[in-house]
Amino acid sequence: MSTEIAARVKNEEWKASLTSESALVRWALIVAALGYLTLFLFIPLAAVFTEALKNGVESYFASFTDPDALSAIRLTFLAASLAVPLNLVFGVAAAWAIAKFEFVGKQILTTLIDIPLAVSPVISGLIYVLLFGAQGWIGPWLAEHDIKIIFALPGIVLATTFVTVPFIARELIPLMQSQGREEEEAALTLGASGWQTFTRVTLPNIKWSLLYGVILCNARAMGEFGAVSVVSGHIRGLTNTLPLHVEILYNEYNAVGAFAVASLLTLLAIVTLIAKTMIERKTASSRTAHDPVWSTQPGNPL
Amino acid sequence: MAMVLKQPSVLPGFGLTLGFALFYFSLIVLIPLSGLFVKTTTLSWEQFWHTVTEPRAMASYQLTFGASFLGALINGFFGSVVAWVLVRYRFPGRSIVDALVDLPFALPTAVAGIALTAIYSSNGWIGRYLEPLGLKVAFTPLGVLVALTFIGLPFVVRTVQPVLQDLDMEVEEAATTLGANRWQTFRAVIVPELWPALLTGMAMAFARSVGEYGSVIFIAGNMPLKSEITPLLIMTKLEQYDYAGATALGVVMLVVSFILALMINLIQWWSGKRHTTT
Repeated sequence: MSTEIAARVKNEEWKASLTSESALVRWALIVAALGYLTLFLFIPLAAVFTEALKNGVESYFASFTDPDALSAIRLTFLAASLAVPLNLVFGVAAAWAIAKFEFVGKQILTTLIDIPLAVSPVISGLIYVLLFGAQGWIGPWLAEHDIKIIFALPGIVLATTFVTVPFIARELIPLMQSQGREEEEAALTLGASGWQTFTRVTLPNIKWSLLYGVILCNARAMGEFGAVSVVSGHIRGLTNTLPLHVEILYNEYNAVGAFAVASLLTLLAIVTLIAKTMIERKTASSRTAHDPVWSTQPGNPL
Repeated sequence: MAMVLKQPSVLPGFGLTLGFALFYFSLIVLIPLSGLFVKTTTLSWEQFWHTVTEPRAMASYQLTFGASFLGALINGFFGSVVAWVLVRYRFPGRSIVDALVDLPFALPTAVAGIALTAIYSSNGWIGRYLEPLGLKVAFTPLGVLVALTFIGLPFVVRTVQPVLQDLDMEVEEAATTLGANRWQTFRAVIVPELWPALLTGMAMAFARSVGEYGSVIFIAGNMPLKSEITPLLIMTKLEQYDYAGATALGVVMLVVSFILALMINLIQWWSGKRHTTT
């Protein structure tokens, strides 16, 4: 009996030895990978907090009580609180139409949704300046009626919305496609209304991906720099979001202030990564293969 | 007509959801983007050509595409190593490292920009050791490469990793049993399987890097003809109210982005086809 087990263990060891490298190669690869990540990820991450706390905890927290910083925080939350719900409604609507129905042009629409991810952030801002700017198509009309879009809140919200349009849709579409429509059809046959079917059958099935999409969308909405920079006009206390505030402080040689504000955004990024890992574990049982949700399409989220 | 374009279904809400999605997407994305192309028509062909081929623009393409390409190569190599190590080996902290690979996706680009600048400037943690060697990174084209490598880091890891995970170990066992050494097995059995994913990841990293703005402008030094990337040149033109010039360069960037997106789709389609036939 024990010889049989021993033989089996030996066989397993032999099989493993066929597909593994020598210890030297193994360690060399691990050191190369970790060295590379240290150089490009871990050190920058550590630098943000070290630089922010350079002059002690007091001046770190003082950076947040500055009125300009507070107004940047308010504007960032306001822009995200408008852009994320808009894209949430769009994401759910687009995913419902694309995943639950067969229609001509479906594939093209699915590909088109990813456009904002392929476009340079600078161009995402530029297109709105061309539309609403002083020299833009409807700029003169807007000026006549005293409506400000560029260098004001509406422009910032528009640019943020543009950049984050695909995030929730691209989380939901593949998931809802793989889930099919049998459950919804059953609910309808049993007499549920369309809305009841959505809230009681579809929503519970997609809640984790939906939450993940919202978290991603929010992280990008709060962190967007290039597009917002083009349309903002950088008016302190008025049209400055947190990432723009980081730039202003940095260019004024207020490194501690810049890194203090940057550390807030870094914490947001870390929370996003933790949420990603947790939600991936939650949905791992329902998804068979490892699903690199963030990078299966051209361009990329965040 | 509607019946031909759409297969019948008992599920409700098709018209409403598709209608809203199309309306919203056109309003936010398609109409503003097409405005960019319409605006270029206000330029004559000579004006357009002059703007997009002037020396300052050419120098910016060279830097943007060159650094993006080099960054994609660096990420192609090290990204594969990282994916390999994460899938095949077990070491303490592996799951934290795995989660952190996505940091460049999640971290706002401005934060990445100032952090990298602080590290690689002449008195920074890494810069102070490079400067005596004659290597200036911050405020040189090398800094652009560092920022773009950071930005493109997750792509290759995240495209190669799932392919490695799904790789059938029995094929490798067979190769070894048939007398191949580990290196031969790697080259003849594993690499051909990874190749499409690796290419896709590198193309994605390249496409992302070409349009990148936030992380680069802090570390680049932004000297015209030397360390100025194309997105920054667009920004500069906008600040000088040269809308036509900004638009012309924007169209060039946009066309390049679309071509890259098309290429990535083609690679994926090609590798998908290859997998269904084998």
